[in-house]
Amino acid sequence: MENLKLNVNVAGVHFKNPLIAASGTFGFGLEYKDYIDLNQLGGISVTGLTLEPRKGNPPPRIVETPSGILNSVGLQNPGVEYFIESVLPELKQYNTIIIANINGNSLDEYCHMASRLQQADIHMLELNLSCPNVKQGGVSFGTDPKMVYSITKAVKKHSYQPLVVKLTPNVTDITEIALAAQQGGADAISLVNTFLGMAIDVKTRRPVLGNITGGLSGPAIKPIALRMVWQVSKVVDIPIIGMGGIMTGQDVVEFLLAGATAVSVGTANLVSPNSMIEILNELKNYMLNNKIFDIHELIGGLIV
Amino acid sequence: MYRHSVEIIENKKIASNIYKMTIISNHVAQTANPGQFIHIKIPYDESLLLRRPISINGVNRDQNLVDIVYQVVGKGTKILSHLVTGEKLDILGPLGRGFWIPKGTKKIYIVGGGCGVAPIRFIGERWNHLDIISFLGFRGQSWAYQIDEFEKFSRKVFLSSDDGSIGFKGPIISLLDKQLSIDKPDLIMACGPIPMIKALQKTLIKYDIPCQISLEERMGCGIGGCLVCTCAIGSKNNWNYKKVCTHGPVFWSEEVILDGEFETKC
Repeated sequence: MENLKLNVNVAGVHFKNPLIAASGTFGFGLEYKDYIDLNQLGGISVTGLTLEPRKGNPPPRIVETPSGILNSVGLQNPGVEYFIESVLPELKQYNTIIIANINGNSLDEYCHMASRLQQADIHMLELNLSCPNVKQGGVSFGTDPKMVYSITKAVKKHSYQPLVVKLTPNVTDITEIALAAQQGGADAISLVNTFLGMAIDVKTRRPVLGNITGGLSGPAIKPIALRMVWQVSKVVDIPIIGMGGIMTGQDVVEFLLAGATAVSVGTANLVSPNSMIEILNELKNYMLNNKIFDIHELIGGLIV
Repeated sequence: MYRHSVEIIENKKIASNIYKMTIISNHVAQTANPGQFIHIKIPYDESLLLRRPISINGVNRDQNLVDIVYQVVGKGTKILSHLVTGEKLDILGPLGRGFWIPKGTKKIYIVGGGCGVAPIRFIGERWNHLDIISFLGFRGQSWAYQIDEFEKFSRKVFLSSDDGSIGFKGPIISLLDKQLSIDKPDLIMACGPIPMIKALQKTLIKYDIPCQISLEERMGCGIGGCLVCTCAIGSKNNWNYKKVCTHGPVFWSEEVILDGEFETKC
């Protein structure tokens, strides 16, 4: 099994395997250290950071929907300084790629955070232009190609590490947004973030979520996410980190075939803390059973 | 690794819509404390993604048995109610920070409402060397359960129901209030629906008695990673959202801020 070549290169960053824990589903990674060996993961995209600490949205923040989950955490986090000073030193003891996911209310905030993280010991910067659960910034930046271009371009000037731009799927044409990120200087693209949705309690006539709306994730969105990754892969030249409802090794293979170089696993982490290890083993078994010895044989390998 | 597969020993209805399941788990039986919960993957339906957090009702350390009590409220708990002896469950646990007994505690009042009676029983079972008075509130006679269990470790059991079909007709906190005016314990421990917890907090303003309460909230990972099961903890002017799954589910009553956004469910 160890003869398999699973390592991938995303914008010059070497991942030992293509599995990355998706931001917002895996805390800072350390919450999971008692349950899995973090060294086995390709990478960890830490929970969404903001310049100042954020309390997040009022509860309830989660509701299960058929084959999916709606969440409205609202970027609760202790701020970028706390992350650098108090979390990163411990996280860096693990042999895995660390991606800092940043969220701003303004162009200045994004640039400020990128500058601060430039000096920090992280491997990649993920520009989140797609959080559906905050009122300012987030998804409102990510739905306008001009905005995506200008924020990407500005942040790129302040980032020493390779820059990944995370896209929202809540747009009419995802390829337009992806191209804007590429033109702005993105080194890679990650997609998709969650789909804006809601759930209503018919007994109380009230929204279930404290924030009224939330982001839908899980197997329910996988076919749409896969289609978007495939569409984007046809128009951009930069690598893609694909995500959306990956629960099994077979799901990973589908995203790689659609053109992703690496994938992120999100909702599955909420189901079981060791999901990513199980998915990795399933991926290895798929490769062995199909006599695929290098993961690159799968990337972009869709036959149409 | 606290995720493991456990066998169901028994699963039976004990009151209207309320079931007790006994599972065998060496790990949970030996390490669980009152107030902790197990996080159960619902079998047979892949579309039900999230685990269900169910509090521990009691353990038998000699036989490695663990009791849980749950109310059927939706698809997931309905599936649970149909499981039979010999079937397996994928569980995580024990999880959370449970109740604890501060040094010098001799006399405790334990308060449970509805489904919240279940974790309270574990308190009495584990700390039966203490002087215990129990206060149990139910919707009515057909919803009541395990009263005989409470008789075993309690000096006295107070009962109330919404319809008066069992015990006092009215909120259980009224009985607690009356008793507190006569005699005060070193500590109160409670679990129940939000209206009960709010009434308790209001009553406690009159008395200087420490009180631990167990909260519930819609939950995701159960291990502190996803930040969805939060509640406001602190003082009115200085609070933060803490995680019910790992910072709780048990908190000091005085630091729990309930603004009505919390659900009353099992």
